[in-house]
Amino acid sequence: MATTTTLPAADYNHNDHHDHGHKETFITKYVFTQDHKMIAKQFLITGIIMAFIALFLSILFRLQLAWPEKDFPILEVFLGKWAEGGRIKPEFFLALVTIHGTIMVFFVLTAGLSGTFSNLLIPLQIGARDMAAPFMNMLSYWFFFVACVVMLASFFVESGPASAGWTIYPPLSALPTAISGSGTGMTLWLISIGIFIASQVMGGINYISTILNMRTKGMSLWRMPLTIWALLFTAILGLLSFPVLVSAVVLLFFDRSMGTSFYLSDIIVQGQILAHEGGSPILFEHLFWFLGHPEVYIVILPSFGIVSEVISINSRKPIFGYHAMVYSLLGISVLSFLVWGHHMFVTGMSPFLGGVFMITTLIIAVPSAVKVFNYIATIWRGNIRFTPAMVFSIGMVSFFISGGITGLFVGNAAIDIQVHDTYFIVAHFHLVMGSAAIFGMLAGVYHWYPKMFGRMMNNRLGYLHFWITFVGAYFVFIPMHFMGIDGVPRRYYAFTSFEFMEKWLSVNVFITWSAIIAGLAQVAFAWNFFHSMKHGKLATQNPWGANTLEWTTPIERIHGNWPGELPTVHRWPYDYSKPGHSEDFIPQTVPYSETMSSNLPHDFEGNPEAEKIQREWEAQQLVVDEESK
Amino acid sequence: MNTHPENNIEDPARASAFKAKRFALWLFIIASFMIFASLSSGFIVYTAGGIDKGIKIILPKAFITSTVVIIASSITVHMALLATRKGESMKRKILLALSVLLGLGFFASQFHAWQVLVEQGAFFINNNASQSFIYVFTGFHLVHIFAGIIVLLFAFFRPLNKYSLSQNVYNMELSAMFWHFLDILWIYIYVFLLLNQ
Ligand code: HEM
Ligand SMILES: [Cu+2]
Repeated sequence: MATTTTLPAADYNHNDHHDHGHKETFITKYVFTQDHKMIAKQFLITGIIMAFIALFLSILFRLQLAWPEKDFPILEVFLGKWAEGGRIKPEFFLALVTIHGTIMVFFVLTAGLSGTFSNLLIPLQIGARDMAAPFMNMLSYWFFFVACVVMLASFFVESGPASAGWTIYPPLSALPTAISGSGTGMTLWLISIGIFIASQVMGGINYISTILNMRTKGMSLWRMPLTIWALLFTAILGLLSFPVLVSAVVLLFFDRSMGTSFYLSDIIVQGQILAHEGGSPILFEHLFWFLGHPEVYIVILPSFGIVSEVISINSRKPIFGYHAMVYSLLGISVLSFLVWGHHMFVTGMSPFLGGVFMITTLIIAVPSAVKVFNYIATIWRGNIRFTPAMVFSIGMVSFFISGGITGLFVGNAAIDIQVHDTYFIVAHFHLVMGSAAIFGMLAGVYHWYPKMFGRMMNNRLGYLHFWITFVGAYFVFIPMHFMGIDGVPRRYYAFTSFEFMEKWLSVNVFITWSAIIAGLAQVAFAWNFFHSMKHGKLATQNPWGANTLEWTTPIERIHGNWPGELPTVHRWPYDYSKPGHSEDFIPQTVPYSETMSSNLPHDFEGNPEAEKIQREWEAQQLVVDEESK
Repeated sequence: MNTHPENNIEDPARASAFKAKRFALWLFIIASFMIFASLSSGFIVYTAGGIDKGIKIILPKAFITSTVVIIASSITVHMALLATRKGESMKRKILLALSVLLGLGFFASQFHAWQVLVEQGAFFINNNASQSFIYVFTGFHLVHIFAGIIVLLFAFFRPLNKYSLSQNVYNMELSAMFWHFLDILWIYIYVFLLLNQ
């Protein structure tokens, strides 16, 4: 209540659903809230919980991979029939891999990442009171929440969760008789993803229309922080690609439940010939990867944005090549729709088409490399402050380089045909997407925690978290490259069943221990995150000395963001360590007239009036200097 | 007419929020067009898979009826918008009711087309999935039409006197925009199917 009365201006942008003057109850404040900052926290906390669940699933299947012959009686206690005698069943192993991948890709790195930071940063950094449609924004979160619940519910159905891999290729996913997970579990998977897509589309529409319509005075497109650019492109990619997944999933649904033959043909299950005829599983792969490849960039772009911001702030230097950063985001976004075929080099694609996809795929490495070089150039000779957010950002760049390089390998059809569906691929995408994106997300959490909760996280725990996770992730994924080159396929249940794979068992033990230790390090993060909410050091208004608008809002995080008028923007967000200025940062709200000593000719964008004033001032300074001599 | 300042569309903050909503509708239209674009490319990829694939039948005449009906409904919706602008609420109501009826007529006509398809032996469950695609296209579109009819009903039952004229016009513009999209979408689908007949 207090917040609405002290903020007459805040009520303007609220949509019609907002009930003025009512007391905020627990329900309207924390549950069905329409405040973008609260929704951001809901996304973040749900994302973190889902991440822990998916992490736990991965530890379960890593146990199986490291010790395929050993019994773990404790597993039977909480997994029941899925781990009879303390050993995970093959069907359940596949379910674990599938749900781990699904949760991580869609629920953590898509919704958890862009949902959190789009909601938090878009209004705050462009100077808006809230999203364009706060009610739809709320729906977006609750759809996401329901999608999570439905996905997790599949662990409690008789036949178990979906088991066809996160890419749910038919025919395995289309035939309930093929594997137990393709029964009810698969149906729940499809429903969950359907709800999830609705959530993404609602969120995405909101993000785009807010960015393009509701920027404050002076916030021209070319003055937007790179986080906003990245979140804008992420939302556009999502809006164009998720509907394609709707088509793919609905056709799959028809094949499963109605007996159509879009994807199915010539199938014999247990000696019985099925009626499905004439379909093509390759069709599904086309539809899936037309979404799937943009999806991997939906995952990484928000991290790019966050890391650009964090690296620039903590190097106390302007981001190197701001325009190049934006154009490379654009280039990546456009190209990401033209490369899906690289996931299908071994589907009998004609060599010519394969060549086309190879070329587009390798071209996408160019804008990616531009970004990496710019990060490094920004850090180069900076006044680096190694805050936890900064070390996680540097970690993100490191992972992106390591994983991107193997991208170049597998982008070549000739090499990919050898390593497709091996651990080489697992290593590639866990470094370039998994680790890089999660590090970007963690950097964002450490960096904007004071903005979200008004308190600081503990730095020491942050460094501990960083080093164990960083080293752990490399220990887990580097060895997988060698397994892949040796031809070890992914998603195999027991290495002991194949002679050529048996020698890799010791490596698997090493990987599993690394994963367990890295997993335990996340407990340090969880503790830090939740404990600091109540007990962290109180934050100051602008703890990192940053230029962007969110740090001009009061620490109390009021509804409507700014008391009184919205801020006016006078400059780009990266005036760090500008020569001639007394401090090493100049917030976007400071007009040039207050920084005469540091203005440069190109700051005025060719405005002759302003240039004249500046020249006169400089001439006068000279006179003053002369006189004082 | 209500003169509460909150409802004054000329207020700049309100106007920008409205602009954002219209923009959001455009984005929604793009998203749902992507569904049909992907179905089209799916159809093309599938049909290129063999000479035994393809529609292979003459499309039902009912599709022509549907086309006429939906174009008529677009016209009545547009007239309802004009009536809203002039503040002729009775005329507006009648035109909207007519549009809803035409929308229902479109529904019926499409169902009839499905019956004709079944009689021709072009079943949904079919080893030539090109024919199944006809049902998928029209079915997805009907889902949209269903939503569109709900939008029109909302417009019909909107208590006009509770809002300012400019707000009512604005609201009706959005509803009309959505309905015209459904119209154009159907023409796209029909032409696409005809070209592949
Ligand atoms: C340098 C640019 C990149 C190139 C040339 C590249 C190339 C490839 C190729 C050819 C594959 C298919 C391998 C196979 O299945 O046989 C692949 C898989 C994959 N890539 Fe990349 N990639 C690049 C960057 C990225 C980025 C930035 C991400 C995510 C942020 C990513 C995520 C993935 C994922 C998730 C898969 C595997 C999906 C699966 O089969 O489960 N890649 N990549
Ligand atoms: Cu890809």
